[in-house]
Amino acid sequence: MSTPGPEVRDWCPDRAAGSLGSVMEAAVELIDAHKNYGSVEALRGVDIAIRPGELVAMLGPNGAGKTTAISLMLGLRRPTAGRARLYGQDPTDRRARSRCGVMLQESGVSSALRVRELVDLFRAYYPHPMSADRAIALAGLQEQAAVQAGKLSGGQRQRLYYALAVCGDPEVLFLDEPTVGMDVESRRAFLDGIREFWSSGKTIVLTTHYLDEADELAQRVVVVDRGLVIADAPPADIKSKVAGKRVSFDAGGVTEDDFRGMPYKRLEVRGGHVRLLSSEPETILGALFRRGVRIRNLEVVGADLEEAFLALTAHAAGARGAGEEKEVAG
Amino acid sequence: MNAEITSRPSLDAAPLWRMAVAQVRATLLYYWRVPTFFIFSMALPVMFYLFFGLPNAHRKLPDGTTVGSLVMAHMGAYAVSSILVFNIGIGRANNRAQKLDLLQRATPLPGWIALLADTIGAIALSLVSLLVLFVFASLAGGVELGAADWATLTLRLIAGALPLLGLGLAIGYGSGPNAAPALSNLIYLPMSFASGLFVPLQQLPDFIGRIAPFLPTYHYAQMVDHGLSKTDETLPVAVAWLVAWGVVLFGLAARAYRADQARKFS
Repeated sequence: MSTPGPEVRDWCPDRAAGSLGSVMEAAVELIDAHKNYGSVEALRGVDIAIRPGELVAMLGPNGAGKTTAISLMLGLRRPTAGRARLYGQDPTDRRARSRCGVMLQESGVSSALRVRELVDLFRAYYPHPMSADRAIALAGLQEQAAVQAGKLSGGQRQRLYYALAVCGDPEVLFLDEPTVGMDVESRRAFLDGIREFWSSGKTIVLTTHYLDEADELAQRVVVVDRGLVIADAPPADIKSKVAGKRVSFDAGGVTEDDFRGMPYKRLEVRGGHVRLLSSEPETILGALFRRGVRIRNLEVVGADLEEAFLALTAHAAGARGAGEEKEVAG
Repeated sequence: MNAEITSRPSLDAAPLWRMAVAQVRATLLYYWRVPTFFIFSMALPVMFYLFFGLPNAHRKLPDGTTVGSLVMAHMGAYAVSSILVFNIGIGRANNRAQKLDLLQRATPLPGWIALLADTIGAIALSLVSLLVLFVFASLAGGVELGAADWATLTLRLIAGALPLLGLGLAIGYGSGPNAAPALSNLIYLPMSFASGLFVPLQQLPDFIGRIAPFLPTYHYAQMVDHGLSKTDETLPVAVAWLVAWGVVLFGLAARAYRADQARKFS
């Protein structure tokens, strides 16, 4: 349905940044990582190198392979083929683990222990922990420090996991869907906290399916879809190179055929309402005006990351089977 | 800022003893806050002592032991082994269900330190439980032992139960949180009865007397009785049987553990 977009691989910056990577040891690395669960291919050859001090968001729909990628980076699971490295070491190595803090999607702690007791327990696992007070403050749990974990609300529990992830004062922080279950306000405070921790020189890898979160927070967005990295670039690049402008208008009697040969990326025509993405909206509109098409309710806006993301995943899906595009575009 | 990061020693980890101390502390805090199993393993032996021990506490057996001290030793064996089987077994099954092991696995804490801490916690509980039982038996049942005998008895009660830790772990890794309590009871209670822990074997049907020598709890009871009363087998034989059972039970536990880990972490 859509014309082929730019070749996504062209602007994966991994290769371009190769010279930098060779100068500075990567903090986290997946090298041609494959992971199969039985006959399901969760990852199909992923290369990611994250340098110290980067804040990287891994973005993708549910089941895209984000959590699997994090599990390999942490050594929680072993790649079926390829390698995972933490500071050049096997991620299961205790010394490598001592340099990273982790917040997982599905995990538990002893519900009878209080927040401060759990933070103290986890601090003992790390060689250079920060003070319990600081970890609790970073998570914004000062008022809940003496509350048992089992009595915390969902959002507070997420913040407890954050306190446990940072209390070892790790160099790299892995956050798997960290803001799930948080209301808007605590999510905002939480993201500020992450930014603050990052600004002290830490490396942060987070997965999310909230696009605004990635857009706002990350320097670099890695888009994962169906077990492959389909884009790896700063959020602004992803937005500009894929999406351009979002154009929508009403025009009676227009069909998809009217747009043949025009530079659009995603086109939807439904009951006289037209939506498309294009980096050259002037060309398209000019052509339509020349043909005398009556256009009403015209809107041309800069596409956000969400549209870029949809365009990317739709493009990737289209390459494998157009039948799946509808699901992604819907 | 990166210079600061790279200047940090890269080969570094927290000392294991510090992890172990923190882990033991957390385990004890947990038992303090959730005393269900603990109370259970402490109250039942005392109650059984009340039923089986007190009525004949001062009656002397042919070898000179009082019924009161022998029943106390057996209830002590029941207390310690039930803590190892139930607390560890059900505890591990619950932890797995609540995915405690998942987050722990991503930290630098080695799994064996966590296991060691659980074991130390269970032994600490056992000692408390034994103390309560011993005090009760001395006051109510008039049991009198020399200081060395108390110490030897305590040591044998703890050491002889260690093979049953393997049983607890096998249940904890091989079954879920719902099945674990039932399974523990189903295996452990009949085994204790059939080993003469509650009622002397002479008073039980003959076929049980023939099965008993194959059960780990029988040899545990023999080891504990040694020094208090006349026993059917010598101490080295009892210890050898317990070691053999330890190998079998820890082997089963290791199998269940590996299967569980392979499901989650391979």
